[in-house]
Amino acid sequence: MWDLIGNSVYAGILISIAIGIIGSLIVINKATAITGSIAHGSFGGIGIGIFLGVNILLSTTLFTLVLALLLAVITIYYKHRSDSLIGVIWALGMSVGIIFLNLTPGYNADALSYLFGNILLIENGDIFMMVGVDLLLLISIIILYNRFLAMSYDIDFLKVRGINGSLLYTYFLILTSLTVVMSVRAIGIILILALFTIPPLIAEKFTRKFYQMMILSSVLSAVFIIGGILISYFYDLAPTPVIVILAAAGLFLSMLKKD
Amino acid sequence: MKALEIKNLYFRYDKETVLENINFSLEDKKFMAIIGPNGGGKTTLLKLILGFLKPYKGEIKIYGKSPQEISELIGYVPQHTNFSLDIPITVFDIVLQGRLKKGKFFYDKLDREKAEEVLKTLKIEKFKNRKIKDLSGGQRQKVLIARALVSEPKIIVMDEPTSAIDPTGQKEILDLIENLDITRIVVSHDIKILLRKVDKIAFINKKAVIHEGPKLNIPNDKHFCEIELIEFLKDESCGI
Repeated sequence: MWDLIGNSVYAGILISIAIGIIGSLIVINKATAITGSIAHGSFGGIGIGIFLGVNILLSTTLFTLVLALLLAVITIYYKHRSDSLIGVIWALGMSVGIIFLNLTPGYNADALSYLFGNILLIENGDIFMMVGVDLLLLISIIILYNRFLAMSYDIDFLKVRGINGSLLYTYFLILTSLTVVMSVRAIGIILILALFTIPPLIAEKFTRKFYQMMILSSVLSAVFIIGGILISYFYDLAPTPVIVILAAAGLFLSMLKKD
Repeated sequence: MKALEIKNLYFRYDKETVLENINFSLEDKKFMAIIGPNGGGKTTLLKLILGFLKPYKGEIKIYGKSPQEISELIGYVPQHTNFSLDIPITVFDIVLQGRLKKGKFFYDKLDREKAEEVLKTLKIEKFKNRKIKDLSGGQRQKVLIARALVSEPKIIVMDEPTSAIDPTGQKEILDLIENLDITRIVVSHDIKILLRKVDKIAFINKKAVIHEGPKLNIPNDKHFCEIELIEFLKDESCGI
């Protein structure tokens, strides 16, 4: 059994670390729509990668980084229209992906696997990328913890302190896009948003400090993901929906706790 | 040296002139109220003083320098209602943020000591480890004042510090501001501030009308009440 699910358990733990950090930042910055836009928009990079026959992780990384920069410009300079423009980027990325898949001859089963993901099919190469992104996230949060927290609470205050809050926010979106890319094969574009936000939403209710929220989010993610892997392995179900249903059940349970 | 000097200041959003030929100055450690109707340009003026916006024409000098050059010496107190209360953040975490500055990533012992000291001065040390959402409006506003003060500013700029606060909390906040020994600028539409020991009042409604104090008492100040631009105050305060 371990031979079959070993990699997916490692991947689950690595994704959980990332969700703890970046998911918590997404939730406290109310950047759920932006994350949805990056996640769905990443389909453009997948389509381009399949069409050009290049490494899909590379094409998706580059494409989502471009989306992250675009979204940073939108949220910083076009704040009053950001909700609509975020939706446009969401649809634009998906449209680019669909067009390039149309232009690619033959049936592209690969594309569908990215839409829905399958953590049981994770390979060593994916694990290496996850380790790399996790290291970057851990180093970033250790150095920038105080700034990220200040940015999330009051980005204008950073400006008064002579710190470039816009640059910091852009870096946060870049980290978000890298986390999306590292998770896309395991979780799938469509359900990434749920898994990135549910554990932090639960953790937020039970913690007083932001680092506690990140740690609890990571632990909860690991419980949901590994639980989902085991259930899907024994009952032969698609893992991502099982993971999301477990997480959603956890969220509804947590709502019983009054603020 | 003047704490604040505004000369010939103009500001436009697109083609609409929001502020026109604003001129005034403020001495060190004085208390100034910037009042005016909604849409009159007071928030824009506040953003210009803080360096968030750049003038279309004219200049703003704070202790002889541009707001961007001197940002570390400016304390900023926004409205407590601007922020999400769901973030897991304690009072102490928020106050410490006032010690952040360019090139500084971690808090040291001195930062923590300063934060403790300010919390004690403002009599909110017992809330230190509470989540910000568990505090009342007045207490939250005090936390934001503490965050500004912990950076040891020479000038503090406050945006509507008494809004959405109960009368007792308002009095406490105004007492606190009145007794601070630094230059204070309060942007407000709450005319109760004018009953305090303000040294100068700028009434902003695209243009500025400046009234010099000291110790202005609006209901008895005929000159102030007769200024054409403050029609809206007459009913509420002057009884004219």
